[in-house]
Amino acid sequence: MTSENEHTGDTGHGDNHHPHLAHHFETPAQQFESGKLGMWVFLATEILMFGGLFCAYAIYRGNHQDVFLYGYGALDKMWGATNTVVLLASSLTMAWAVRAAQKGQQKLLIGMLIATFMGGVGFMVIKGVEYKAKWDHHLFPGTMNAFYYEGGQPKHPEALPHAIEYIDGRNLGGEAHGGGGHAPAGHEPAEDSPQHEAVPGDDAHAAEHTSAEPASAGVRAEQNATAHLASASPVIVQAVYGAPADVSTIKPPASPADMGVNDAVIDQAGEVSMPSAAHTQILWNDLSSDQQKKVHLFFGIYFLMTGLHGLHVLIGMVLIAWLILKAKKGTFGKDYFAPVDIGGLYWHLVDLIWIFLFPLLYLIH
Amino acid sequence: MSHAHTNDDHGMGHVSPIWMLLGVFALLIFFTVLTVAVTYVDLGPANIWVALAVAVVKGALVGLYFMHLRYDSPFNSLILVSAFLFLAVFIGLALMDTGEYQSNIAPPDSVRPNSG
Repeated sequence: MTSENEHTGDTGHGDNHHPHLAHHFETPAQQFESGKLGMWVFLATEILMFGGLFCAYAIYRGNHQDVFLYGYGALDKMWGATNTVVLLASSLTMAWAVRAAQKGQQKLLIGMLIATFMGGVGFMVIKGVEYKAKWDHHLFPGTMNAFYYEGGQPKHPEALPHAIEYIDGRNLGGEAHGGGGHAPAGHEPAEDSPQHEAVPGDDAHAAEHTSAEPASAGVRAEQNATAHLASASPVIVQAVYGAPADVSTIKPPASPADMGVNDAVIDQAGEVSMPSAAHTQILWNDLSSDQQKKVHLFFGIYFLMTGLHGLHVLIGMVLIAWLILKAKKGTFGKDYFAPVDIGGLYWHLVDLIWIFLFPLLYLIH
Repeated sequence: MSHAHTNDDHGMGHVSPIWMLLGVFALLIFFTVLTVAVTYVDLGPANIWVALAVAVVKGALVGLYFMHLRYDSPFNSLILVSAFLFLAVFIGLALMDTGEYQSNIAPPDSVRPNSG
């Protein structure tokens, strides 16, 4: 940032006793405060930029609560929480790096910066594992998403049943749970049941689904249920399969959970609790045909928000790498640590945004 | 370094004590566990507000201590708060408006049948 002034002691003003002081500042303190002020203005614009996405999120979630509740089933709460801890830890080491720079502790400064950088690596690796789990089930951003509808018809009819089976299976199995990485290692739907080639909307094929599906998805749901007995929600509400439209006739996999537990929650009037009002396990056929056409919106928002955030993590990592190189040259000390401080502000903002993204995306209730 | 403004205590930044950094980190982890735990309890529509309140507390901890706002010039805090304020105006007005035109929207199928 001020590298041009680093070794040019002569600023043309005769006050060349401070090598890092640019000639348009009176004192290093004034320079430091000005730099920080500028950074805060920049951070404000960053917040406003993310704000546009948060606004889109608020509108779509407000208007399509069940769609969000359904799509969220593809996310992995435990990976999200792990990534939160990773980012918080890297924020701690960043703040510690600033302290080390302020106290002139060179080795500690470099160590803390490297630890912060590794935190960024860890975050991106976990994010990559999560993205991979989505992509393995055709849950891509934008029009490539398995749930994308065009002109009232699924744009990717061959991928849609797999995606439905994946999310329904997860939703039946309990909470969005740990180990998104192992999900792809499970059944590859394309291989083990040829009925999946059925075009949604074709009633004859859909009927085949009903009879053939329980085998694969039911087993998975059972596995999930066993593995997560302890964490399973006590309240399992399942709405009646209202399936007015042709596209919604793909039956979700039957499972042991279907038989006993769910029925108990239906109240005396025979009415089912509204999915949005309780901690629900919402399935594809619980959505109206109109809602089914909007599921891709959840993934669009998920990928845009986490993608823009991930880009910021990468930029932050580049900044920290640059700080590490500078620190190794001994640039920073008690009198000059503004770049560490300002780079730290950027890193903390990235953390701050994730603090809001995590509950909004991963903890939908 | 004999200049009046460039002595060792030149007011450049607040040096956070280690106990404070670790304490803030411990609180942040505690609130992360709390916000995950609270999703296993059904509070109805209150869940989202609890989650957001916890996020605001966590964000305040990061801002006040990790980002030194508590020891900084209040002007920096003012910039941050005003950014959130304008964001609230933006999202608030957008949300007030979002339902207004729903009745005017034709279903996509009727607009472009079989265009896929």
